[in-house]
Amino acid sequence: MTSQTESSVETHAGDHHHEEGFVKKYLWSTDHKMIAKQYLFTGMAMAVIGGWMAYVFRMQLAFPGEAVPGYGLVSSAEYNSMVTNHGTIMIFWVAMPVLIAAFGNYLIPLMIGCDDMVFPRINRLSYQVFLLSAIVLIFSLFVQGGGFGGAWTSYPPLSSESQFNLQPLAPSLWVIAVALEFVAFLLGGINFIVTLMNSRAPGMKMYDIPMVIWMIVLASIIFMASVGPLIAGAIMLVFDQLLGTSFFDPGNGGDPVLWQHLFWFFGHPEVYVVLLPALGIVAEIMPVFSRKKLFAYKTVLYTAIATGIISFFVWAHHQFISGIDPRMANVFTVTTLIISVPIAEMMFVFIATLWGGSIKLTVPMLWALSFVAEFMLGGVTGIYLGASGADIYFHDTYFVLAHFHYTFFPIAIIGTFAAVTYWYPKIFGRMMNATLGKIHFWGTIVAFNFIFIPLFMLGAAGQHRRIYSYELFPELAELQDLRVFATKAMIVMLAFQSVFIFNFFKSMFWGEKAPMNPWRSSTLEWTVPSPPPHGNFAVLPTVYRGPYEYSHPDREEDFWPQDEAPITNG
Amino acid sequence: MIENNIAALSSYAGDIDGLISLISVIVGFWFFLAQGVFFWFIFKFRAKSGVKAQYITGELKSHKKWVTIPHFLVLGFDIIILVFAIRVWVHVKQTLPEPDSIIEVTGQQWAWSFNHPGPDGELGTDDDIATVDELHVEVDKTYHFILGATDVLHSFSVPVFRLKQDAIPGREITGWFEATETGTFDIQCAEMCGIGHGVMFGRIIVESAEDHASWVASN
Repeated sequence: MTSQTESSVETHAGDHHHEEGFVKKYLWSTDHKMIAKQYLFTGMAMAVIGGWMAYVFRMQLAFPGEAVPGYGLVSSAEYNSMVTNHGTIMIFWVAMPVLIAAFGNYLIPLMIGCDDMVFPRINRLSYQVFLLSAIVLIFSLFVQGGGFGGAWTSYPPLSSESQFNLQPLAPSLWVIAVALEFVAFLLGGINFIVTLMNSRAPGMKMYDIPMVIWMIVLASIIFMASVGPLIAGAIMLVFDQLLGTSFFDPGNGGDPVLWQHLFWFFGHPEVYVVLLPALGIVAEIMPVFSRKKLFAYKTVLYTAIATGIISFFVWAHHQFISGIDPRMANVFTVTTLIISVPIAEMMFVFIATLWGGSIKLTVPMLWALSFVAEFMLGGVTGIYLGASGADIYFHDTYFVLAHFHYTFFPIAIIGTFAAVTYWYPKIFGRMMNATLGKIHFWGTIVAFNFIFIPLFMLGAAGQHRRIYSYELFPELAELQDLRVFATKAMIVMLAFQSVFIFNFFKSMFWGEKAPMNPWRSSTLEWTVPSPPPHGNFAVLPTVYRGPYEYSHPDREEDFWPQDEAPITNG
Repeated sequence: MIENNIAALSSYAGDIDGLISLISVIVGFWFFLAQGVFFWFIFKFRAKSGVKAQYITGELKSHKKWVTIPHFLVLGFDIIILVFAIRVWVHVKQTLPEPDSIIEVTGQQWAWSFNHPGPDGELGTDDDIATVDELHVEVDKTYHFILGATDVLHSFSVPVFRLKQDAIPGREITGWFEATETGTFDIQCAEMCGIGHGVMFGRIIVESAEDHASWVASN
């Protein structure tokens, strides 16, 4: 509580703005906008590392045994380490920090109309723990035996005993890094939930909260409710690794399948933890650029809540063939297919929002629309895997891999680009170049499909995952052309990212100055200067209506800011 | 659909492929319909000067039906898929037909070892035939396999049979298959098992009754 009262004194308004030193401003800030930028830049830096790993292992797959330009020869141990850490980084150090932490921190106070998070110092601590977790993870790549190579699922006994993984240190460092990351997100999540519940502008009722804020907070709640069992599991795993306990060691009465339950009890809700914020971002952008109200706000909200609840009952679909009682699969295949209903509904709502709109294909809108188009393929291919009988064949093949990249790429990459291009003018006070933005968009989207459609085909042909060379397998070796094609497409896609990086940094310094509300949006963050000053609002706003009042028939203007006082007819 | 990518050579491969085709028809229809409507809307409602967007809240019943009707259709099709998925699952994984023969399969870092019954047809006797990375079975016979692992998790996978089962150290898991054609096919390990995961591979040799008898005799 002391931090709350102190901070409200410290940050109560932008009127007596005081200059802060470099350390205080950039490294030790409690300002939610600065913490958001720290998360954003750290997440982007980690994305570069994760992308680099993808480049190395895809090159190895396309040209096995040849030196990878810029890296060299890839051993099977290095290959395992790269696929493991690519997955870990992209989910825990890119998707979560960017979608939840960066945009959650940036948007929650601005969109609900308050000056900062309720617990600014906890917020700062959250980022510092997160940074520490990233450092531990990167450090783990360089210890004796190389980075952890037991897959991002870290199944014991491979992950728990160094006699099997031949890595004395990396598995423990990996678990510790992930656990620290969870601490960071628990700290951040508490802040998000409390801030939304307590600091909304006067007049902002539950159904007036912008959808992206709901989604980020729901994601935080799902995360907090699901992460406990995994933290318990992680402690048991570290004890097995370092203290010689045998929670997961079958030779001494333990059970390796226990870990799988603990991991996936968290792991599947985690999918929705990152999905919901991305859906929220799309729900925010689509109305703006179709000048339409979001179709059936309440349906979207309750659908998201239903998805969150059902997500706790589907975890064992990752374990159909893991040796669990086969009768259990019948239960989990039902819950898994049921979860397709709310997700499909969400897509229908987005499509319905377009009806009768006035659609402008700006760069953020292109990203938002491509999210829907690409995510639908990720969604429908999930049906094959959730249907127990079909999963017998597809389990642990490239079909699974292509499926979850068709969900995670839209979530983590498309969602991020949509959010960055949409809120960039607010965050940095300047406009991004739209032509470069479109070049980057088309280069990325087309190449993305050319990477992963071949991988669906490889999966359909039975190619199994995490194999560093398929030359040994006669039935798979002949499909090398598809692997080479996917790798080439990936290089094209990575090359197009340089357009984004150039545009991102050039616009930051030389871009056209952004007005207060360049997209003519009606939510509160667009009622403050770009970028917003310390303390955000000169006068804290009052909210009179929902966030998506576009093209209201009673108004000349096609948008209606949430804080514009209604004209009283005396 | 899958059989165009890889041969289907076990008694239940056709059931799994049929299920996959059924899912493809159902989700394919919905996928292309949704994409078609989506792109049609983007084109149809592109911004035109002087035309204001409509104000639709989506809360009216007459509007909401455009979402709720598809919602119930999706649920209905899910149920159809579930019925077939569970039927296939129960047939392949939950029931064990009477075996003609029993073999042992053991995963270890990084090889498959197999134990076949010898000339007496019984497992666990002195004439058992042990092999590494090479499994010999007779065509059109129902086999039970008893699957174990000595160190870490492995997964016994024969793509042409549509057979996959994880192996867990400390446990024995019994499954079954019946090969329908002779030939030599890949055995994979489909679960990450360490630095040699990529070289953990075996071959399954499906033989006619005479060939199999002579292989047994020669060992």
